[in-house]
Amino acid sequence: MAAETPVVELKQITKRFPGIVANDSISIKLHKGEIHALLGENGAGKSTLMNILFGLYQPDEGHIEINGAPVAIDSPNKANELGIGMVHQHFKLVQPFTVTENIILGMEPSKAGGQIDYKTASEKVKKLSDQYGFHINPNARIEDISVGMQQRVEILKTLYRGANILIFDEPTAVLTPQEILELIEIMRRLVAEGKSIILITHKLKEIMSVSDTVTIIRRGKVIDTVKTAETSPFELAEKMVGRNVSFKVDKKPAAPGEKVVEISGVTVKNKDGIAMLDGMTFDVRRGEIVGVAGVDGNGQTELIEALSGLRKIDSGSIKLGGREIGGQTPRKIFEAGVGHIPEDRHKHGLVLDFSVSENMVLESYYKEPYTKRGFLNFRAINELASRLVSSFDVRTPSIQTKARSLSGGNQQKAIIAREINKNPDFLIAAQPTRGLDVGAIEFVQSQLIQQRDQGKAVLLVSFELDEILNVSDRIVVVYEGKVIGEVRPEETNDQELGLMMAGSKQGGHMHESSK
Amino acid sequence: MNQANKILKWFVSDSFIVSLAAIVLGLLLGAVVMLVGGYNPIEAYAALVTRVFGSAYGIGEMLRETAPLLLTGLAVAFAFRAGMFNIGAEGQVLMGMTGASIIAITLPGIPTGLHMILAVIFGALFGGVWAGIAGFLKAKRGVNEVITTIMLNWIALFLSNYIVRTFLLLKGDQRSENIPASASASIDWLSSAMNNARVHWGIPVAFLAAVFFYYFLWKTKQGFELRAVGSNADAAHYAGINVGRNIVKAMFISGVFAGLAGAFEVLGVFHYQAIYSASPGYGFNGIAVALLGMNHPFGVMAGAALFGTLSYGSGGMSFEAGVPPEIIQIVIGSIIFFIAAQGIVRFVIKPFYGKRKKEKVL
Ligand SMILES: Nc1ncnc2c1ncn2[C@@H]1O[C@H](COP(=O)(O)OP(=O)(O)OP(=O)(O)O)[C@@H](O)[C@H]1O
Ligand SMILES: [Mg+2]
Repeated sequence: MAAETPVVELKQITKRFPGIVANDSISIKLHKGEIHALLGENGAGKSTLMNILFGLYQPDEGHIEINGAPVAIDSPNKANELGIGMVHQHFKLVQPFTVTENIILGMEPSKAGGQIDYKTASEKVKKLSDQYGFHINPNARIEDISVGMQQRVEILKTLYRGANILIFDEPTAVLTPQEILELIEIMRRLVAEGKSIILITHKLKEIMSVSDTVTIIRRGKVIDTVKTAETSPFELAEKMVGRNVSFKVDKKPAAPGEKVVEISGVTVKNKDGIAMLDGMTFDVRRGEIVGVAGVDGNGQTELIEALSGLRKIDSGSIKLGGREIGGQTPRKIFEAGVGHIPEDRHKHGLVLDFSVSENMVLESYYKEPYTKRGFLNFRAINELASRLVSSFDVRTPSIQTKARSLSGGNQQKAIIAREINKNPDFLIAAQPTRGLDVGAIEFVQSQLIQQRDQGKAVLLVSFELDEILNVSDRIVVVYEGKVIGEVRPEETNDQELGLMMAGSKQGGHMHESSK
Repeated sequence: MNQANKILKWFVSDSFIVSLAAIVLGLLLGAVVMLVGGYNPIEAYAALVTRVFGSAYGIGEMLRETAPLLLTGLAVAFAFRAGMFNIGAEGQVLMGMTGASIIAITLPGIPTGLHMILAVIFGALFGGVWAGIAGFLKAKRGVNEVITTIMLNWIALFLSNYIVRTFLLLKGDQRSENIPASASASIDWLSSAMNNARVHWGIPVAFLAAVFFYYFLWKTKQGFELRAVGSNADAAHYAGINVGRNIVKAMFISGVFAGLAGAFEVLGVFHYQAIYSASPGYGFNGIAVALLGMNHPFGVMAGAALFGTLSYGSGGMSFEAGVPPEIIQIVIGSIIFFIAAQGIVRFVIKPFYGKRKKEKVL
């Protein structure tokens, strides 16, 4: 087994970016039929390494061997030719095109006369989909299918091009728990067919359940490569962060005070007139964290957007400290004391082409001391940015670095730093730990709890049931735009919660939102 | 110290070297075309340089050629920074001309200087409002600004012709009456010192406009908003920035730049407004200049100076070396092509680049 030539061997890969060594002489072997997990803190250099393997970056030193032969991968096309496929975290699909059209894009099969042969193509897609149990309709449009399905299209795209080495960069960050189980099944089937997989994920549970080997990277260097069967989540976490990580969230019981936010009968319709929020009613008190649990698409996004002013409400009312804020502009709401960690960090959270420092004042740039007599006061802005970057451990070469070149997790930490620093009375945290490493998750969750302990009201929207159960003081379950139940985390478990989220009311303790 | 360092860095920066290489490649391609056509490229380029830099008059005229290019280039670049493609600088220039002419010709008797300033302000406002219409339609109704600005170009052409013909016409001619001396923007003392080159206040104004562009966009609160809207409108909205208002504002300022170009052409160069049978093309050249300057105000400055030098100097090429002015259009065209097609330039200069890096390592 050890003598077998690896399908991919990365040999002493080094990659430098201005001010940072992202990969420092990294060597990794991927064997045939293996799922090899990469684990490391935010900014450790995982995505960079995979981008090198996929031909998006060139290494400064070191080289790559495929089946024992040295290769130069100078473009993604070259990677495709070598049988390497990559599923990026942000999908690269054409929304109005069908599944088949997206898959054949760039290598369309043609009939005599130059016409595209859709029939053959969609049959081939269908066959591949059946072979790996994808359950995908080749003629559906991308914009009509779920995120999980879109990810399968990305996987099919690589298989259609004949990939036998697949790279997954945080594939589960955007999936619901059910979709994650299905993806794990798919990965197992892929390796059973002789494919080899490199998987980047921050979720130790996934690594333990699906991978064969784990390589741990810290600050650009390989710390260790271990067999999954011979390790434990605790050991992995410790190797990765360099210290002990407690998986339990420490917190005192909540001492809720008066109502800060009162949401009553809020209805929001989408452009087709369908009510995405249908008379949603609940409130959040000072000094408590209310968790919103629900299957994706049951009104969470609309709720967050209505609360933060990104979306108008059709009826109902939202009161903050007794004052109506429903339908006001984002700035009015922010000035009234609302902080918002948005769900989609690239769409709403950051201006990627702005520096870290500019992003830190994205909402407060117009206030003293950041603006004086109409001119930006860079000294004050930079001071703030330096302080936030160091106190929230945002790993960036400098505060002048563009947000675009931060690692995914560090982008998220920058947003969290900005929003918590606003010291809001009401903090909306939507998927706040998405894409964060275990150490950072621990830190962010403790920050949320600290906000609570300072008497702030916190709303936590998350698809991670563990997070909802561990961090919230009270859980509201949403289904089809309504609150269908309310439970206390200590009185429930993930099975019961799962049932409620599927729309069954019996599971929960039904009571009107407590007065 | 820090500033000097920054400037130094800029000179060895990638974009600067690529632009420089694109210019060299464009000139080479022009030389090849001349050789094929049987002209002597060395003689031709020498004639170009002599015509521009050989006399004070040449320098003055080159600056005169540069000013409107710089202003329209800034107009296009400014809108671009706020996320919009302003194809309408052309129409905004025409409206700027018209605004300035109206004040200059129909309101005689205002004191010298003040009259000119008033006319310039009106020209700028006309241009700004004209672009603002496209901004407003985009902000309120989501209409694509490329389409509206193109349509507004045509409306501007015929509207300005109509105004000149109906209210300002010099009887029996295809142009307006002359503007009175009180509204002239020519710098007479400098002009006579430069053998009557048509230098005017629009030249310093254009350079000041580039400086304004820089400070406004990168140093002020309002510039921060415009840039945020330009690079991620969703995030700007999230951050509480009024996206619609900023779109209108950006287009207005963009139009003011173009309007100034038109106002100074009338007040400083021609001293009347012509009835154009077709668009004179200032705004379209502005798109090319903005591209040359990579939408940075100082880049636009350099691009406009280059463009101005080439197009004024092309006269010398045809006089002295018999090269038709079309050739110079080919040179300008190919420089723009090479800048747009940076990949090709990078490919050509790659071998030199490799050496440079290795030297650094050693
Ligand atoms: N294009 C780039 N330009 C400059 N620096 C970059 C660029 N891409 C990545 N970096 C830097 O390289 C380091 C490694 O980033 P990378 O994205 O590989 O981290 P990661 O391990 O994938 O982290 P995460 O778990 O947060 O996604 C980071 O410090 C990042 O800021
Ligand atoms: Mg990453």
